[in-house]
Amino acid sequence: MKVAHEIVTRGPLAEGFDVDRIRADFPILKQKIHGKPLVYFDNGATSQKPQVVIEALNRYYTTENSNIHRGVHFLSEQATAAYEAARQKIKRFVNAGSEREIIFVRGTTEAINLVAQSYGRTFLKPGDEIIVSAMEHHSNIVPWQMLCEQTGARLRVIPINHEGELVLDEYSRLLNEKTKLVSVTHVSNALGTIVPVKEMVRLAHERHVPVCVDGAQAVPHLKVDVQDLGCDFYAFSGHKLFGPTGVGVLYGRAELLEAMPPYQGGGDMISLVTFEKTHYNVLPYKFEAGTPHIAGGIGLGAAVDYLEGLDWQRVAAHEHGLLSYATAALSDIDGLRIIGTAKEKVGVVSFVFDHIHAHDVGTILDQEGVAVRAGHHCAMPVMQRFGVPATTRASFALYNKLEEIDILVRGIQRALKVFQ
Amino acid sequence: MSELDELYQEVILDHNKSPRNYRSMEHANRKAQGYNPLCGDQLTVYLQLEGGVIKDISFQGSGCAISKASASMMTAELKGKSEAEAKELFENVHNMLTGHFNGDEPEGPKRLGKLTILSGVSKFPARVKCASLAWHTVNSALKAEPEVVSTE
Repeated sequence: MKVAHEIVTRGPLAEGFDVDRIRADFPILKQKIHGKPLVYFDNGATSQKPQVVIEALNRYYTTENSNIHRGVHFLSEQATAAYEAARQKIKRFVNAGSEREIIFVRGTTEAINLVAQSYGRTFLKPGDEIIVSAMEHHSNIVPWQMLCEQTGARLRVIPINHEGELVLDEYSRLLNEKTKLVSVTHVSNALGTIVPVKEMVRLAHERHVPVCVDGAQAVPHLKVDVQDLGCDFYAFSGHKLFGPTGVGVLYGRAELLEAMPPYQGGGDMISLVTFEKTHYNVLPYKFEAGTPHIAGGIGLGAAVDYLEGLDWQRVAAHEHGLLSYATAALSDIDGLRIIGTAKEKVGVVSFVFDHIHAHDVGTILDQEGVAVRAGHHCAMPVMQRFGVPATTRASFALYNKLEEIDILVRGIQRALKVFQ
Repeated sequence: MSELDELYQEVILDHNKSPRNYRSMEHANRKAQGYNPLCGDQLTVYLQLEGGVIKDISFQGSGCAISKASASMMTAELKGKSEAEAKELFENVHNMLTGHFNGDEPEGPKRLGKLTILSGVSKFPARVKCASLAWHTVNSALKAEPEVVSTE
């Protein structure tokens, strides 16, 4: 490896950010895979969990387990308090105006489906237009296609340039009097591009068009303030944010949520049921039918507490260091092409070789203990845009180290040797 | 030999680099498409069946080394075989890839001839679908199933 990229990054970020201390909080990272230390670079798929999150789940099931919002007994009150406390923490974490605007869901996918089926089916009609971008995850494409089939609305797509950035001029052109909704990712899962969501919201709001943001890949990396972004909906998953799987959040502006019908019917989302008429519960419970993932919500609260205890400026500097180090190191490898070279990126490096398929690279890296994602990343239109069937993606989190990128590079060199 | 060396043997790498029978076929009377949604591997298998015998076979598509090599070796192996023989081979290959043959069954792998070189795949569960895609596809072509085959 060359020395050039060492100079790029082994500098200021090292100060004040003790990555080894962070790593000690994540027990899974101590594991060996195929006899080698685990290098976990598949954070875009899911993140690892700090001990405090694991303990929160354990504590809940050991001492608090009970159903919420319905028991007069001690445990139910405890569980309800813990669950609602988690909602408060999340409200603060994304700076929502009120906890009424924080709806617990299964994950980003369910959050977007909720917006499509509740808001979309109520307010869209034939000929209306929904704008998404060419870098969306399938979960921010398919729910809108389904909605289009149901309502006769039409899907419009903002193109991306060769660097993997949205073409904002095209977005401005797509916005018109027929546009009734914009739904766009905050950070691309396949490319790492950070999308200028705030500016896009401003442009949409000039035309009174609401904006839904897929924040699944943004919340683990960026400090998100939904009021500052100005968006109308913001969706994210717990498991990518160092919390449990099966729980996620939809932030929605209260004014819109109030006007929307429930997404699912059942217990907890009602205030009064008779066979003649049912009255729905107030926000956010109107959208939370059935017993939720109580432990998951509490676990996500613990994850948020953990993150709030960190210095985010230093986390951001550390992750930026990982990205620039990896970009420089991978660019030095003969025949390797990085897909997604936007100016504003989070720690995601997607790459391809002409003569080695991503899946083969993934298997060889796995033998070195390096976990990456190989495939189309549930973003097949992105792959089509760049004319590749699949990429290998290394996605970083705050607990990754520069030394691990050296191991990644050595693994890639092994793949090159196999396929020379 | 390490598990990785067993997976990427010279023969497999060679078939990946220069796949045999890699072409479309105008006079094909059977054709099927295979698709692995997990990794995006895609291939088309062409057959010319005459009197229950595979007179000609070819494939085209994109995929990883394992899927390409497996498809290439399959075409070399199936040319001239009867439909019944092809189906039997499909079963045997499937059993080998999923690790159902072991050292105690000398009958098994022997019947597979050169294809035993793919047995290393069974140690990599995530890659079994790559190796079996071509076989599922040819099986569907033989049955003349019209739909796209998926490994999911």
